[in-house]
Amino acid sequence: MAVLELQGISKHFGAIEALSQVDFALDGGEIVGLMGDNGAGKSTLVKIMAGNFPPSGGQMLLEGRPVHFHKPVDARAAGIEVVYQDLALCNNLTASANVFLAREKMRGFGPFRILDDRAMNERARELFDELKSETRPAEKVRMMSGGQRQAVAIARTHLSRAKIVLMDEPTAAISVRQVAEVLDLLRRLREQGMAVLLISHRMPDVFGVADRIVVLRRGHKVADKPIRDSSPEEVTGLITGAIRDA
Amino acid sequence: MARQETSDGVTVGIGRHLKAAAEAPLVRRWLAAQPFWVAVAVVLICAVMSWLEPDSFPTRDNFFNITRNFAYIGIMALGMMAVIITGGIDLSVGSVMGLTGIVCGLVLQAGHSWWLAVLAGLGAGALCGLVNGVFVAYVGLPSFVVTLGMLAAARSFAVVLSENKMIYEFGPDGDIFTAIGGGEIAGVSNMVWLLLAMTVVFGFVFRFTRWGRHVYAVGGNEAAARLAGVAVNRIKLQTYTLCALTSAIAAIMVVGWQGSAINALGTGYELRVIASTVIGGANLMGGEGGAFGAFIGATLIEVIRNSLLMAGIDSNWQGAFVGAFIVLAVLLQRIRGSRAD
Repeated sequence: MAVLELQGISKHFGAIEALSQVDFALDGGEIVGLMGDNGAGKSTLVKIMAGNFPPSGGQMLLEGRPVHFHKPVDARAAGIEVVYQDLALCNNLTASANVFLAREKMRGFGPFRILDDRAMNERARELFDELKSETRPAEKVRMMSGGQRQAVAIARTHLSRAKIVLMDEPTAAISVRQVAEVLDLLRRLREQGMAVLLISHRMPDVFGVADRIVVLRRGHKVADKPIRDSSPEEVTGLITGAIRDA
Repeated sequence: MARQETSDGVTVGIGRHLKAAAEAPLVRRWLAAQPFWVAVAVVLICAVMSWLEPDSFPTRDNFFNITRNFAYIGIMALGMMAVIITGGIDLSVGSVMGLTGIVCGLVLQAGHSWWLAVLAGLGAGALCGLVNGVFVAYVGLPSFVVTLGMLAAARSFAVVLSENKMIYEFGPDGDIFTAIGGGEIAGVSNMVWLLLAMTVVFGFVFRFTRWGRHVYAVGGNEAAARLAGVAVNRIKLQTYTLCALTSAIAAIMVVGWQGSAINALGTGYELRVIASTVIGGANLMGGEGGAFGAFIGATLIEVIRNSLLMAGIDSNWQGAFVGAFIVLAVLLQRIRGSRAD
């Protein structure tokens, strides 16, 4: 059974149809690449899954049960985490403070409770080790490379033991060397049985890590197939509309 | 970027990470922090002044005066620090101080007890802060605009309430009230003891509590804090209320010390208070600052002010120096910031 299943999802904003009748499933231990041109409906789809707004039609099943998200908090509580393109980190805080933001570990008793930075740093170090990332928990995010920042953002999702991670353009703004680092992080998530949705413009990244590819064009799903049965040329054709569907 | 990548390459293995973290030396953190260098400047200026003016500068009386004169600015700077760390600003602190002072004076004049005057003063301050906070956090107006409005409004209330008169007949509890603000313990003004205690408390809250962590998070990246589940609006409301409360505390102490309440109390103090926080390392863009910074920033301004007076320089030059220091402090931050990023 799929971890997350979307059935006939539609979304319109006034007269504009952003998504129409999209069916789509995510399995644990799988990386799915979601591709499409600007305005194809990628971010609308992600926002529906993340609980930013409800779909106009269709339903979402989480492990077989229908779910309705009203706020992003609902989606997060259900085990869906989003890693945003701009990463949504506080540069002035340390890596571990970011990982634990709004769910800090405390020590002490009763009303006399203070932040337990040592415990948070230790746990953050474990998470970074699981991701095989060289990120120092007590270092401020401001000082970090793009790849390390991704590790911090991903470790946040790990902390809550999310089942599904939606990655919004994780490789858009970082150097080539760090792209390899980030793709490794994604493989690590897959090894641990998570379902990963990789939203990306970059063909080599998607073909580098994804197991399956989904292509959207003008709000319609035009392809959903194993990556080995496709090719960059075909996907380009699907995105631009040169190939109608596959 | 290039520099960071090489440092990545050099650091290999977890063992070395642990070592690096353990060695993350307190000394080096101090050396990189602005408050440390401001403290060095304070010590240097005091040393030079003691050498130039051995008869008047390093005396008990002058020490008492200097410390008392920066104490109430420092108290307000602590609250301002919380607001500035969230990325906001409070221009109304001087006016809130004036209004609070008048409220205290009126309650005492009416013959009520000293603690009722204190409570009324704190209440008036908290109310101003709540209004600021609601408009900034929940209505979403820029803090600059909201608190500029409060700067005008609170001062106007102070003038109206006082009927533009000085209040100095404090009634039966007046003596207790003036003893609180004007008294001294072990040769140090009560106000200074209060500032020291409040600096420790604020320092603890900023560093060790979840609330403090969230204040920094709001200033660092408000959107990220909100996504993570930080109650951003509530934190902002609380910082503005806290800031106004520190102004009220300062007003209660100063009215007690001076033995009278005037509606002009605190006029122009917003500049000195904001200057103290910025000189003490607060970043006006939010996310950075600390309690000791507020303390030492207020100290530096007063030591310079006092030194200028002793050196016989016209006191009207003080504004020029304070203004130059604000710009210089921000410029230094910009230079350090561009190196860090």
